[in-house]
Amino acid sequence: MLELHEVYGGYGDGLVLNGLSLSVGEGQVVALLGRNGAGKTTTMRAVFGLLPRLAGRITLRGESLRGLAPYAVAARGVALVPQGRRIFPSLTVTENLLIGVRPPRGEQRVRWTLEEIYRLFPILRERGNLRGTLLSGGEQQMLTIARSLLTQPLVLLCDEPSEGLAPVMVQRVAEILHRLKEAGLSILLAEQNLDLALSVADVAYILEEGRVIWQGTAEELLADTHVQATYLGLRVEASEGA
Amino acid sequence: MPLNTASVVIGLSYASLLFLVAVGLSVVFGLMRFVNLATGSLYLIGGYLAWTIAGELGSFWLALLGGALGALAVGVVIERGFLERLHRNELLQVCLTLGVAYVVQDVTRWIWGGDPLRLRPPESLRGSILLLGSIVPTYRVALIVAGVVLAGLVWYLLERTKWGAYVRAGVDDLEMLECLGINGRRVFAIVFALGALLCGLGGALGTPVTGVAPGADIQILLMALIVVVLGGLGSVSGAVVASVVVGLVDSMVRTYWPEASFFAVWVLAALVLAVRPQGLLGRVTA
Repeated sequence: MLELHEVYGGYGDGLVLNGLSLSVGEGQVVALLGRNGAGKTTTMRAVFGLLPRLAGRITLRGESLRGLAPYAVAARGVALVPQGRRIFPSLTVTENLLIGVRPPRGEQRVRWTLEEIYRLFPILRERGNLRGTLLSGGEQQMLTIARSLLTQPLVLLCDEPSEGLAPVMVQRVAEILHRLKEAGLSILLAEQNLDLALSVADVAYILEEGRVIWQGTAEELLADTHVQATYLGLRVEASEGA
Repeated sequence: MPLNTASVVIGLSYASLLFLVAVGLSVVFGLMRFVNLATGSLYLIGGYLAWTIAGELGSFWLALLGGALGALAVGVVIERGFLERLHRNELLQVCLTLGVAYVVQDVTRWIWGGDPLRLRPPESLRGSILLLGSIVPTYRVALIVAGVVLAGLVWYLLERTKWGAYVRAGVDDLEMLECLGINGRRVFAIVFALGALLCGLGGALGTPVTGVAPGADIQILLMALIVVVLGGLGSVSGAVVASVVVGLVDSMVRTYWPEASFFAVWVLAALVLAVRPQGLLGRVTA
């Protein structure tokens, strides 16, 4: 589905991505792990062509996304759930949703209509006339996920969806990710919350300094406390207790 | 300061013109972070074209239409021909529009000469009417009505339509808007063109009261910049409020101390900015 091959990229003089390669299969959930600054957000920005310096191959179903404007990348079926949610503050909840609305593609298993979105996130209908930024953190996260679903994506790039949320909301995010996986979406999920990431992911990549230093299945990573401790800086007891 | 109806009417009618010029400037800035210094030139073009069309065809209404469409055409040429090539290069865009302002000033002087030209209002709007015990020019009152109607239209377009939501979203976070599949440059092109149309209309509407002459472009540009800064960058309601404030202050001070009117407007701007750097209705940007 989505392939990155030997991608280099950055903002100024230094490179953030140093030959990163990864692949998100059809209907697969891929966890992108690593410490802050490892290049997770930059990877997602690279897919949207938002890096001033970029080299390497980025393809969606074999077609190159390089050189496309962000709106053209979105039109081909990539959607971004950005870090920090980036709700439009001047817009109401409903207007935030309407920005995303596109006609469904023929091949989708679930067509994301407003009706479908309201079924999944009833709160967004109730709060429709409120300014988007007046929602709670968890509700804003629902809104930003809903807004990207309405663009009818084939691949969802989810950047730290659990960041700053209360545990009950993190649980809700996990449920939604499972639901999206069932709906057949391919997802690239950057997460600091390892439990959340591995509960939904099939495959995991660990990044350091802009390249992949470990890759394997979610089960392998779950079992390998050494890798967890070395590369993710997790305390072993914590993950064993989980 | 004692108020009299006549100077309020003069102030509000000037506010109508200021709004028409400032609103495009403000939204364009909000979207693309650059100041269109050719804004005054579009106003000037609208005024001159209206004067010529009224002279040739004898219709004030066609003159308004022609002035607005002429400015729209020049705006589209500036945007498609030049700005589009300098996408995301704000400094060069500012320089370029300043250059356009100089060129327009010379070309219009060459075509229409250096003397102020005045357009007569249409028959139905000449003369004066009695308003709240004062005699005020009918055309000034009509200008206020036109300003209110047009501000209402702009408000509706931006606040109540899907297209307006794209514009507001773009002012908030253009990159996010593009990541949701909206072509920001197209939104910008349409906003720029509509802004040019309103500037031209403002120029045509203003010619019966202020006349049109070389220098009118710089004067309206400076006042519109104050309106944009006072009201808050990218804010339409801010542009309405600030136009009214600037228009009224200008006409009040002009009534009692004419030499100080320009000075008073700048002092007002400085005072407001000292207290609210983001403008009256502007948001603090992160």
